Amino acid sequence: MNALAKPLDSARLLADLIAGKYPDARGRFGPFGGRYVPETLIPAVERLERGVREHLHASEFQAEFTGQLRSWVGRPTALTFAQRLSDLWGAKVWLKREDLAHTGAHKITNAIGQALLAKRLGAKRIVAETGAGQHGVASAAACARLGLPCTVYMGAIDMERQAPNVGRMRLLGATVVPVTSGDQTLRAAIDEALRAWVADPTETFYLLGSAVGPHPYPYLVRELQAVIGREAREQILAANGALPDALIACVGGGSNSIGAFHAFVPDATVEILGIEAGGRGSGLGDNAATVSHGTPGVLHGTFSMLLQSDDGQIQETYSVSAGLDYPGVGPEHALLGAIGRVNYTTASDEEALAAVETLSRYEGILPALESAHALAGAQRWARANPGKTILVCLSGRGDKDLATLLKMLVKPERA
Amino acid sequence: MSPRDRISQAIRAAAAGGEPALVAYLTAGYPRRDKFREHVRAIACAADVVEVGVPFTDPMADGVTIQRASLAALSQGVSLRWILAELAELSDVKAPILLMSYLNPLLAFGESALATAARRANVSGFIVPDLPLDESSELRAALDEQQIALVQMVTPVTEPARIKQLCAGSQGFVYAVTMTGTTGKSVAVPDEVLRYLDAVRAIAPVPVCAGFGIRGPEQVRRLRGHVDGVVVGSALVEVLERGEDPAAWLRELRRP
Repeated sequence: MNALAKPLDSARLLADLIAGKYPDARGRFGPFGGRYVPETLIPAVERLERGVREHLHASEFQAEFTGQLRSWVGRPTALTFAQRLSDLWGAKVWLKREDLAHTGAHKITNAIGQALLAKRLGAKRIVAETGAGQHGVASAAACARLGLPCTVYMGAIDMERQAPNVGRMRLLGATVVPVTSGDQTLRAAIDEALRAWVADPTETFYLLGSAVGPHPYPYLVRELQAVIGREAREQILAANGALPDALIACVGGGSNSIGAFHAFVPDATVEILGIEAGGRGSGLGDNAATVSHGTPGVLHGTFSMLLQSDDGQIQETYSVSAGLDYPGVGPEHALLGAIGRVNYTTASDEEALAAVETLSRYEGILPALESAHALAGAQRWARANPGKTILVCLSGRGDKDLATLLKMLVKPERA
Repeated sequence: MSPRDRISQAIRAAAAGGEPALVAYLTAGYPRRDKFREHVRAIACAADVVEVGVPFTDPMADGVTIQRASLAALSQGVSLRWILAELAELSDVKAPILLMSYLNPLLAFGESALATAARRANVSGFIVPDLPLDESSELRAALDEQQIALVQMVTPVTEPARIKQLCAGSQGFVYAVTMTGTTGKSVAVPDEVLRYLDAVRAIAPVPVCAGFGIRGPEQVRRLRGHVDGVVVGSALVEVLERGEDPAAWLRELRRP
């Protein structure tokens, strides 16, 4: 079984993380991260790294990015006090409303940011992967907005279970390529997008949808998504007069969560929880809870936590939520978990489905199945900590999940 | 002779006759697990180096043939541990044996345990397509102790300064990828690729073998004089898949 070579000095790693030392020059977050790609991709990731260094924090790029976020994405997204939910759970619950962002989730912030960068770097075409279809739709929309051709790789099984999103991507002008290799879901789609990038590393830009992959992606995606936490921190201080006692987000690859967490990591009084997909149980293959149940290893270009067999083969995962159904996790989450700054726990399919129902009925908000995992975690925390203030990152809306929800939640009316 | 020197030696000896040496790849345990040893022996009769692929669930540098072979081998229960045990039974095979593996199964085995077990199984070298030179110090240190080679790849898009570093850091041979893209697609070999191969060969302290997309004798003829060896993979896997004689196919490849 894989293990870390050396025990971690958690206090020092946390201090370094807060001081902005990660990722370091080698693309590491403590022991995690790095750049494990075929030699063919080395020039492309190095070019991307130079581009990120040159543009990402330059005022010209930031003005352009912020302009798109305001006028097209709909940022800042609202912070909503959930009164009836608070009464029900016995805690003060605030929701960061990423479900209100254009195309229905936080994914659009990363997509437009990377597409702007791709354009500056002279990319001729964009490739992206998608699982549930949210990142695919966001990429297709961002590429349409900027006039870039976009190809989205999607597992054949996912195309079937998320058919409406396939239609949306095509309407937005993207080419959707079914992936029939491997497990035919998100993991195989990433493999295939990487192969497309390997085939044309010079003119193709890989628009990766989560805070995973080789350096500099985990950093780039975090920096783009960190606007979530910055907005929320400012909003809750203004509305509540104090920081929350707990901050909770769902974790698949980990982009909405790292975006929400980043601004709060230095706030020692804020307890941070990452909720992973507990699926139908804790056995290998029954969930997608990578930090909770995984071991260290390398997949898709990064050293992080993985769901894998004893001999290093990647395991198929299971979750009702396609967006959390991934056997890896961003390397920064692996670090935050290893040093104990974030507490990673799970919510089961059943708990997530119940949370969808609760939020819909009590607040008039239909959450995505992914985000419902965060709500389920919040409910548990609220019950254990009555009267406290909780901030939940509501990463997306549930319209895309209608087919699943209708099947699993809506009982026929009695005649 | 150290295991890694056996690789360079075998390639140089074969190339001395004017025809490029053959490095022949098979996915371990594919198409049938019980034929693995037989296939290695047959291939070793006609090839100068045998490259044994360790199947992995996510072979991102490989095309459809090796993806299919890898998943089928895994479903028959092929693992690195099993492969090493099988290879230990093949000590009479004269051609040096390389393992081609993605990094994660090697990490799961444990780097220093791997080096010891590989030495015992007569493995002379490793090719790890998702382990760039910059991340390789731990595995390299473990393999160095057993004098086992860690082969580096160079590609047509690699910057000249980096080609120099990779050639200096490669052991056994330099694996010169002939194209951008995954394994298995047939490629014509344009003049610029020959020039790139010449440039690599001019600075490499070890032999240079070209691979990716080499499927027939025309390509091998075209590469003659520009490389010390060629790597054939997907096309040979397809020969085994069809149940044909791998040794006869390999001999055809090199017929002048």
